[in-house]
Amino acid sequence: MNDDDSLFKLWVYLSATPLAGLTVTLTAYCIAYAIYTRARLHPLANPVLLSVVAIVILLKATNTNYATYFGGAQFVHFLLGPAVVGLAVPLAREWENVKRLALPIAGALIVGALVAIGSAVGLAYLFGASPSTISALATKSVTAPIAMGIAEHIGGVPALAAVFAVTTGIIGATVGKYVLDAVGVRAWRARGFALGIAAHGIGTARAFQVNPVAGAYAALAFGLHGALAALLLPLLWRFIARALSSG
Amino acid sequence: MGITWLLLFQCAGESVTQLFGLPIPGPVVGMLALFVTLRSMGRVFESLSVSADGLARHLSLLFVPAGVGVMLHFARLAAEWLPIIVALVGSTVLTIAAAALTFSALMKRRQHGDEELPSAEP
Repeated sequence: MNDDDSLFKLWVYLSATPLAGLTVTLTAYCIAYAIYTRARLHPLANPVLLSVVAIVILLKATNTNYATYFGGAQFVHFLLGPAVVGLAVPLAREWENVKRLALPIAGALIVGALVAIGSAVGLAYLFGASPSTISALATKSVTAPIAMGIAEHIGGVPALAAVFAVTTGIIGATVGKYVLDAVGVRAWRARGFALGIAAHGIGTARAFQVNPVAGAYAALAFGLHGALAALLLPLLWRFIARALSSG
Repeated sequence: MGITWLLLFQCAGESVTQLFGLPIPGPVVGMLALFVTLRSMGRVFESLSVSADGLARHLSLLFVPAGVGVMLHFARLAAEWLPIIVALVGSTVLTIAAAALTFSALMKRRQHGDEELPSAEP
């Protein structure tokens, strides 16, 4: 048995165990995070973006399918649940201020949610997207598990809705700083809240890296937007679908 | 110890969404339940703080496996790349701007200079 052959067998063995997917995920993230730190948290060096790009290239290059990779990566993915539950902690610490800011919170939530769905559907329609793509884009600013649930209700493809949600999260975490600087909003609470509304969990992750208060407001926004969308978006969608089919 | 509490609240949240067929994921309901519990206790105990803050600090790691899932949909993304990119980027920019401006306009009206909030930028 020559060296190439045994190396190949080793690769087949390793990639079939959860070890490979898990190790690849953590290694890619450690490297990405080191770059992010070295770049002084520059938004374009977002660790989710860098890790995802690196892992996709690696999987394509080694012809590994996503299911095999996810066999290992699921252990990281699993922690999302407890992490979301834990977002109650920064929120509880910040509650006295949250109560005083009920009006800006409610206003930004409603305006943000309407702009998110209206502009996504409107732009996609103007640029000629297919109806199933448009309905999957409607939930792009809502966290992926909620987006998938809504997509089922409104006739979108749940997997596609999840892809758009995750992509939106990465875009928001990356461009957020520039948009917020451009519109001249400097208060941490407003900045964090806007990131959570537009870019749910991934925007919240970015907000926590930059400032804990911004993180708490992003978590609040992302939870509220998810709940509001789950309750109201299926109703709102009837009007939008009617407008699209008649227009 | 803290992680145990997080898992317990997640289990509670999952059970509620399953039992009542709610369209909201279990962890979001769990977050709400934990929040109500913490507020009624009036303090956040140490072990829970450590776990929750640790997970929040590396929240972005937890999105990597789902992010890699984008590769499954390259064909669809390639076929309609223009409307998809315009809608995703354009709408995300507009949403951030609209939410931030609304928040700060209403905050200024409400507080009117009673407390200057920290204003460094990320």
